[in-house]
Amino acid sequence: MRTNIKKLLTLGAIGLSFSALVQAKTELTMYYPVSVGGALTKVVDSIVDDFEQENPDIDVKAIYAGNYNDARVKALAALNSGQPAQLSVMFSIDVHELMDLDAIVPFDDVISTSADRQWLKSFHPALMENGIVNDKTYGIPFQRSTIVMYYNKDLFRAAGLDPEKAPSNWQELVEMGKKLTKKDSNGNVTQWGAMIPSTGYPYWMFGALTKEKGHKLMNQAGNKTYFDDPKAIAALEFWKDLGNKHQVMPKGMIEWGTLRQNFLEEKTAIMWHSTGNLTAVKKAANFDFGVAMLPADEERGSPTGGGNFYLFKNATTEEKQAALKLVKFMTSPKQAAKWSIETGYMGVSPAAYQTKELANYVESFPPAAIARDQLKYATAELSTHQSGRVRKLLDDAIQSVLNGQQDAKQALTSAQKQADRILSRYR
Amino acid sequence: MNKTLTLLSSSIAWVLALLWIFPLLYAFWAAFHSAEYTTNFVLFAPLELSNFEKAWSQAPFMRYMFNTFAISILTLAGQLIVCTLAAYALARIKFRGRAFVFSLIIMQLMVTPEILIVENYQTLAQLHAIDTYLAVAIPYIASAFGIFLLRQSFKSVPMDLENAAKLEGCSLLQIIWKVYVPLAKPTYVAYALVSISTHWNNFLWPLIVTNTENSRPLTVGLSIFGAPESGVDWAIICAGTLISIAPLLLIFIIFQRQFIQSFMHAGIK
Amino acid sequence: MFKTYKAQAWLLLAPALILLVAFTYLPIGNTIWRSVFGFGVQMGNQASPENYARLLDDPVFWQVLKNSALYALITVPASIFFALSMALWVNGKIAGTGFMRLSFFTPTMLPMISVANIWLLFYSSEIGLFNAVLGWFGVSGVNWLGNPDTALYSLMTMTIWKEAGFFMIFYLAALQTISPDLYKAAKTENASSLYIFRRITFPLLMPTTLFVFVNALLNSFKLIDHLFILTKGGPNNATNLLLYYIYENSFSFFDTAYASALTVILLLILIVMALIQFGVIERRVHY
Repeated sequence: MRTNIKKLLTLGAIGLSFSALVQAKTELTMYYPVSVGGALTKVVDSIVDDFEQENPDIDVKAIYAGNYNDARVKALAALNSGQPAQLSVMFSIDVHELMDLDAIVPFDDVISTSADRQWLKSFHPALMENGIVNDKTYGIPFQRSTIVMYYNKDLFRAAGLDPEKAPSNWQELVEMGKKLTKKDSNGNVTQWGAMIPSTGYPYWMFGALTKEKGHKLMNQAGNKTYFDDPKAIAALEFWKDLGNKHQVMPKGMIEWGTLRQNFLEEKTAIMWHSTGNLTAVKKAANFDFGVAMLPADEERGSPTGGGNFYLFKNATTEEKQAALKLVKFMTSPKQAAKWSIETGYMGVSPAAYQTKELANYVESFPPAAIARDQLKYATAELSTHQSGRVRKLLDDAIQSVLNGQQDAKQALTSAQKQADRILSRYR
Repeated sequence: MNKTLTLLSSSIAWVLALLWIFPLLYAFWAAFHSAEYTTNFVLFAPLELSNFEKAWSQAPFMRYMFNTFAISILTLAGQLIVCTLAAYALARIKFRGRAFVFSLIIMQLMVTPEILIVENYQTLAQLHAIDTYLAVAIPYIASAFGIFLLRQSFKSVPMDLENAAKLEGCSLLQIIWKVYVPLAKPTYVAYALVSISTHWNNFLWPLIVTNTENSRPLTVGLSIFGAPESGVDWAIICAGTLISIAPLLLIFIIFQRQFIQSFMHAGIK
Repeated sequence: MFKTYKAQAWLLLAPALILLVAFTYLPIGNTIWRSVFGFGVQMGNQASPENYARLLDDPVFWQVLKNSALYALITVPASIFFALSMALWVNGKIAGTGFMRLSFFTPTMLPMISVANIWLLFYSSEIGLFNAVLGWFGVSGVNWLGNPDTALYSLMTMTIWKEAGFFMIFYLAALQTISPDLYKAAKTENASSLYIFRRITFPLLMPTTLFVFVNALLNSFKLIDHLFILTKGGPNNATNLLLYYIYENSFSFFDTAYASALTVILLLILIVMALIQFGVIERRVHY
C-alpha cells in the first residue's frame, strides 16, 4: 500500500516535471511594421531565428502587419479579441495613445536587476525622448530613423557644384536647388533641385523644418501643441516657397511612396527621406550619391522617427520576462549593428557603432553614420494623446497650404484650435 | 454617310478596348522586365523572371492563395446551403409574415456587410473569431442576392414535379435536393461565379478581420506587400499582382465564353 | 399537415434569419445606440451624446459628404453610359467582338487593390505614364493625385474603368433577349439607328438600367479599396469618401462612437436610396 502511494507520488512528480518541461516553452507573439523599402521582413525573421536558437525555451511568432498604423491596429485588435500578443514594435509616437488605452506597461515594472536599469540607459538619449513618459520608459528604440538628405553627386558635378558639399543651410538649399533644376526647350522641368515628400508623413517633414527654426511642435506630456507659433508658420511658408517662389521643387504634393523612384531615376537631385531607405537606395542607385544632415536655418535638426518596442499589459509575468529577453536581444549591440547594416536604420545604442561589423561598415560607407551624427540635433517626433487625430489635423493643414488652398497662418491657427479642443481634456 | 458612322463607331470601340486592356498588358510588361524598363519602353528589352523570384520570396503567396481559396469556398458553401433553404421557403411555402421576411432580406441588398464594419468587427471580436476564415466569411453567408436569385428560379419549377416526389415519399429536404437543386443548376453556376469572383477580390472586410498569415487573403497580402509607404517598386509589385491574379485570370481566359454566358444567366431579366 | 409546413418554413429560414439579424439588423441597432450614447475608447468613461453635434461642426465630414455625392453623381452615369455602349458594340457586328468582350470585362476580374497599384504608376507625376504621354504634346507636371482639383476625378476615372465591364454583361444579357423581329420591323420602315435605339432598345433595357443603376450607386458608396493605395483620402481630404472616413475614425483613431454617427448617416443615405428605388423608379419601369 505504502509503496503504491510512493510509486504514485513519484509518477506524479515525474508527470508534473514533464509537463512543466513542456510548458516551459514560452510563446511570444510580436507584431511589427515596415515602412521603408527592401525585404525587411527577412531581416527580422533571421534575427528572431537567432534568438530562438539561443533561447530554445522561447518560441517567437513575428507577424508583419503592414505600415505603422496597420501594426498598431492589428496588435490592439489581437488584444481585444483575446488573441495572444505580448509585445510589438509600434510607432514611437503612439505611446500616449497606448497608455490611454491601458494597453502597455513601462519597462521599469518588468526589469529587476541593476544591470537592467543600466541597459535602459544604454541607448542614444534622443531616441528615448518619445519613449519616456512621467519618468518611466514605455518604448525601447528598435527601427529608428531621422530624416536625412540624399543627394545625387553626379548631378551636382554636372551643375558645376562641389559634390562633397551638400547644402548646409536653407539659403544654400535654394541656391543650389536653382542650379540643379533643369528645363527642356519648352520650359518644362526635366530635373528638380529638391523634393520633400508631403504625403504619408507630412507632419514628420514639418517637424524637421520647425526644429530647424528652433521650434518644437508639442510638449513632453503630449497634451499641448504649438502649431500656430510664428516660427512654425515661417517654416511652412518656406516649404511652400521652395515650390512656388523659388521653384526648385514641384508645386503641390510630392508622394512619399514614389519619391525614392524619382530620386533613383534622377528626376530630383536632392530628396529628404527616412534614413531607413539608405540600404535600398544604395542597392539600386546607378550613380554616385551622398547623404548629408538636413540643412540648418537657425539650427540643424530633424525629428527622430520610427518604431519602438512596447510590452503589453495583459501578458503573464513569465511572458513579460521572455519578452524582455527578446527586446534585449534584438536591441543588443550585435543585432542592432546587423539591423542597421541591412536596412539603414540607426544603430540604437552608441555600443552598436563600436561593434566591429558596424564600425567597418561605417568606415567603408560613411553615409551610414549620418543619421547617428544628426542625433545631437534631433528632437522628438510629434506625439500627443489621440495622436492619430491630431496628426491628421496637422497633415491636412500642411497639405492645404502646399496646394494653395489656405495660407500658412490661417491653416495652422485653425489646426491649433482644433487640436486644443481635442487635447484640453488631457490637461 | 451611314458607313462612315459605322466605321467611326467601330474604331472608337477598338480604341476603347485597347485602353481597357492596357493596364493589364502594362503589368505584364513591367513584371517581365527589369526595373529600369518600368518607365522606359524599349521594344526588345530583355525579358526576365527575376521580379517573380523576388516577389515570391518577399511574401508567402502560396499561403495567401490557399487562404483566399479557403475563404471563397467556405463563403460559397455556406451561401449555397443557407440561401437554398431560405429560397425554397420563400418560393413555395405560404406562411404569415412571408412578405415581411422577404423585405427584411431584400433590405440587405442595400445595407451590405461593408457598411457595418464597425459593429460587425465588435461582434466578431467578442466571439474571439478575429483572424479566422469564419470571420471573413460569415457576414456574407446570408446573401440576399443569392436568396433572391434562387427564389426566382425555384418559382419556375412546375408544382407537379414536387407533388410527384411527395407521392414517392420524399421528405422536404429530399425534395429540395432531388427536384429543385438540379433544375436550378444554371442559377447555381452563375451565382457561384459571381460569389467567387467577389470574394476572391474582396478587400475591406478581410483587411479588418484578418491579422496574420493564418487567414490573410491575397488582396490584403498584396496591399501590405505593395504598400506605398515602403517605396513603390513597380516591377516587383506587378509581378506580385500577376502571381495573385494568375489562377483566376487563367480560368477566366480558358472558360471565357461559358463564364460570361453564366454571368448573363445571373443577370436579372 | 399545413401547420407543420408553417413550422418547416421557419426552420428553413432560420439560418438565414439568424445570420441576417446577427450581422445586419442587430448591428444597425447597435450603431444607432452607440452613435447617441456611445463613447470612443479614448473619450473617458462618460457617455457623450455630442457625436452628432461634432458631426455638424466637422468640416472634414462636410467635405467627405460632398466628395461622396460628387463621386456617385459622376461615376454612376458614366459607368452606365460606357457599359451600355460596350454592350451595343460587343453585341453588334464589328470585327473582334471576342477580344473586345475580353478586354472590357478583364478589369472586373482583377482585385481593386492590384489595379490601384498599377494606376498609381500611371498617375505618378514625375515618372508616370500619363504625364509621359502628355509630354509628347508639350504638357508636363500634372500632379494627378496630388492636386485637390484633379485627385477625385482621377479616382473616378479608375472606378469607371473598373466597373463598366461588369455592368456591360448585364446589358449584353438583356440585349440578347430582345427579339430580332422588332428590329426587322423597324428596318422595313426605314427607321434610323438612333431612332431604333431610342424607341426600341433603350426602353426595353429599362429594367436592366435600373438594376445597374442601383448596383453602381451602392458600389460608389461601398467600394473604397483603391483609396488605401492611391491617396489615403488625401491631399487634405480631397478624395476622402464616407466609408473611408468611417474606417479612419473607427480603426485609426479608435473613435467608434463618432464612426457610428457617421455610419448612421451612411445608412440614412442608403435607405433613402432604397425607398426611391422601390417607390418612384419601380413604377416607371415598363416590364
